[in-house]
Amino acid sequence: MKHLRQLEDQSVYILREAYKNFDNLGMLWSMGKDSTVLLWLARKAFFGQVPFPLLHVDTSYKIPAMIEYRDRIAREWRLDLVVGQNKEALAAGMNHTLGRVACCTALKTNGLKQLIEQKGYTGIILGVRADEEGTRAKERYFSPRDKHGDWDFRDQPPELWDQFKTTFPPGTHIRIHPLLDWTEINIWEYIKYENIPFMDLYLDKGDGTRYRSLGCAPCTTPIKSTAKTVDEIIAELRQTTVAERAGRAQDEGRGMELLRKDGYM
Amino acid sequence: MDNQTQKPSENLNIVIVGHVDHGKSTLLGRLYADTGSLPDGKLEKVQAICRQQGKEFEYAFLFDAFLEEQEQGITIDTARTFFGWKGRQYIIIDAPGHKEFLKNMISGAARAEAALLLIDALEGVKEQSKKHGYLLSLLGVRQFAVVVNKMDLVGYRQDVFDGIEKEYREFLGQFKAVPERIIPVSAKLGDNIANRSTAMPWYTGPTVLDTLSLFKKEAARSEQPLRFPVQDVYKFDARRIIAGRITAGKLKVGDHLVFSPSNKRANVRSVEAFNIDPPPTEGYAGQSIGITLDEQIFVERGEIATHQKHLPSVSTAFRANLFWLGKRPLERGRKYQLRVANKEVDCEVATIHRIIDTMDLAQQQGSMTVNKNQVAELTLRTKTPVAFDLSASFEATGRFVLVDENDIAGGGIVTELIHDDQEFLREEARRRDFAWVKGEVGVEDRARQYGHRAAIVLFTGGRHTGKSLLARQLEGRLVADGRHAYLLDGENLRRGLDADLTDEERGQTDEMARRYGEVARLLIDTGLIVVSTTNPFGVHYKEAVQAIRTLVHPAPVIAVHMSKTSEEPPPNTDIVLSGPTDLDHATKQIMDELKSRGVLAEAIGAKPTFQYSI
Ligand SMILES: Nc1nc2c(ncn2[C@@H]2O[C@H](COP(=O)(O)OP(=O)(O)OP(=O)(O)O)[C@@H](O)[C@H]2O)c(=O)[nH]1
Ligand SMILES: [Mg+2]
Repeated sequence: MKHLRQLEDQSVYILREAYKNFDNLGMLWSMGKDSTVLLWLARKAFFGQVPFPLLHVDTSYKIPAMIEYRDRIAREWRLDLVVGQNKEALAAGMNHTLGRVACCTALKTNGLKQLIEQKGYTGIILGVRADEEGTRAKERYFSPRDKHGDWDFRDQPPELWDQFKTTFPPGTHIRIHPLLDWTEINIWEYIKYENIPFMDLYLDKGDGTRYRSLGCAPCTTPIKSTAKTVDEIIAELRQTTVAERAGRAQDEGRGMELLRKDGYM
Repeated sequence: MDNQTQKPSENLNIVIVGHVDHGKSTLLGRLYADTGSLPDGKLEKVQAICRQQGKEFEYAFLFDAFLEEQEQGITIDTARTFFGWKGRQYIIIDAPGHKEFLKNMISGAARAEAALLLIDALEGVKEQSKKHGYLLSLLGVRQFAVVVNKMDLVGYRQDVFDGIEKEYREFLGQFKAVPERIIPVSAKLGDNIANRSTAMPWYTGPTVLDTLSLFKKEAARSEQPLRFPVQDVYKFDARRIIAGRITAGKLKVGDHLVFSPSNKRANVRSVEAFNIDPPPTEGYAGQSIGITLDEQIFVERGEIATHQKHLPSVSTAFRANLFWLGKRPLERGRKYQLRVANKEVDCEVATIHRIIDTMDLAQQQGSMTVNKNQVAELTLRTKTPVAFDLSASFEATGRFVLVDENDIAGGGIVTELIHDDQEFLREEARRRDFAWVKGEVGVEDRARQYGHRAAIVLFTGGRHTGKSLLARQLEGRLVADGRHAYLLDGENLRRGLDADLTDEERGQTDEMARRYGEVARLLIDTGLIVVSTTNPFGVHYKEAVQAIRTLVHPAPVIAVHMSKTSEEPPPNTDIVLSGPTDLDHATKQIMDELKSRGVLAEAIGAKPTFQYSI
């Protein structure tokens, strides 16, 4: 398990740099496997504490079990949980039938932007991984966003050795990505190795399906799988050649590039 | 397929570099396709996009994810890709070759442990082929293979390959770089990528895929002497944890550590960790760890902990090789922020020795600026002393970046320590601190009892500028407030401590300043706020101030300069008072400075910033 420790050391280093350099820091937590591993890594980095708030951008379309899990873990681990929601868009009836990209932009991207603006966060830690899709493969560990929250991928700052971009003009913020080097398999290996509590939606409970990736209920479909344990998930992933986000509708066509340019996670 | 189902035992980061259009992204795409490493439907999806746009299929589009990249047929930014082969998990970083995007290539190469450098067989060795080769060596990537691509375009001829090999080896030889292998391939047609080519029977060496397995995981830096830069200090609960990443060597519970440049020392009491049972008692190179110490010494981010036998260099100057990526040129005399390991300090470029042309390694002297994408040799001078190493001995603590305003604008490696004029005094302070016999009462105990930390307020300026008057008033004010302050007048040393010196000797600033500094250091150790003037040094106060600073380091120095007219104060002055001075107002200014520096108010919270420590 040496390779997991190597990944952990780098992520912990990044988290500590973030904490040192940003006074107003928050970590996104969607209760999925990645951001839960990220949360666990924060507890590693800060010796059992999580010294910044966890932000959940609630689209209101999440699977109810996710919200129960969120509140339970937040209580047990004594987390400072901040929930944000784009209430205006929801009041105006936004949902996925109005277009998937439009819905993600309104409820997630803009929901996050509103939260950042309200609370004045200058650093946001996210659990995106480079192996998820093409534009994430081109991210930096410390990735600046302009005044509108947009990502200028044409002109990213240099990242040399372990020196990151930690200073920035007022009004802009930095996205911090400690999990870039982790693969989907690494995430599950680590969950098993550290015995991290995760949502059982990821497991088959007898009907021969399970979720591989958790998003909003209408836009995430379970996959056919009989994996009932973490070991079985890992074994399955070692064999599969199907992309992880195949069950995520917004990834189709150029959807993800457009979304991420505008500040999507 | 079988290879990917194996459990990986280690990670290895590889970067693909080379001149624009020489086929880097194509090679990567081919490597994935020929080993069955692409997710289902990915190839078909890209083929469909190409058909739609009426273009020939390009393997490069598999990783050139941005629309703009596909439209222009070039890579703009690096892509991190994951590749499992024979028990190893590779992160292969596809770097852009266009010179416009050199900063992206460098960002990718900086985290690589090995590299593939591509050269187009038809075009031959080009500008970026050389620049990238040179930069790999500067960035510390010593393992690499040269891949001569597009052999199909030259009829797979051995003489073409041999010619390129000869020319490029000669170039690399000038800075002693030796490639692991030189491999002839056609990325587009898949010759010698994952499968052995039948078109080049004259080549019997390994394929690109075989070569990956030949790269070695860097031999453990744990065998080197210890380097443990302090990243942060936490006090979330009763534990005071010093956190950081060991960059070389190892440490264990009970080890005696020295922190440079403060020279503070203590023993490791515990190695702290979350969810590891039983808790570790050791830490090794590469690990992000946390330790507690057996004594409450205060150390700050940026210091480097080592064992006493193998200390890092400490100076305010060093010589370096640097590459510049800044939007505006690097200028001599301009101020930048220097970052070495976790230390951040202001610096300036003292000398630009030469610019190195990476085409022919010719050197150009006498330049006042370094332009974007140029490589130069220069001397940097820092505002305060920093701990560092030569990059030839320690990679991580021997390299640095320069920050221009908000941007990382350059990076480099330390090639030579430059001795500054404080070297002897610094060595004296180091020896003295190492041998210092401590009582039972610690610095913290004193600070708690006294309600403040020790410090020195240093007044500088010419004659009759009111230094004495203000110093006296400040001492009075501090004591009236219940602080422990003491006015140290140089005159009082002359008749006593300096009585053994001849008049001539007393006229020499060096020795007088040394004695004054050592007395101040003693008083600081008693927990006092020392209020001092530089009267005895007359016009030589600037040199004296430097010496005093070196000897009282790392106690906080609040430097106040007084003058009748506006004149250049000594470096690092905190408060400048020129012209007629309102003593009450000036006293308040100094009191505020003492507060903001953490001397008068204890600033220990969830996120403590330790201003200094003894
Ligand atoms: N004939 C031939 N063409 C090749 C070969 N390898 C790459 N090419 C072509 O060369 C062109 C450039 O290839 P890329 O892989 O995009 O080059 P690159 O080095 O990644 O370019 P940048 O990332 O922009 O620096 C494409 O049109 C490829 O099809 C080869 O082995 N033979
Ligand atoms: Mg390319």
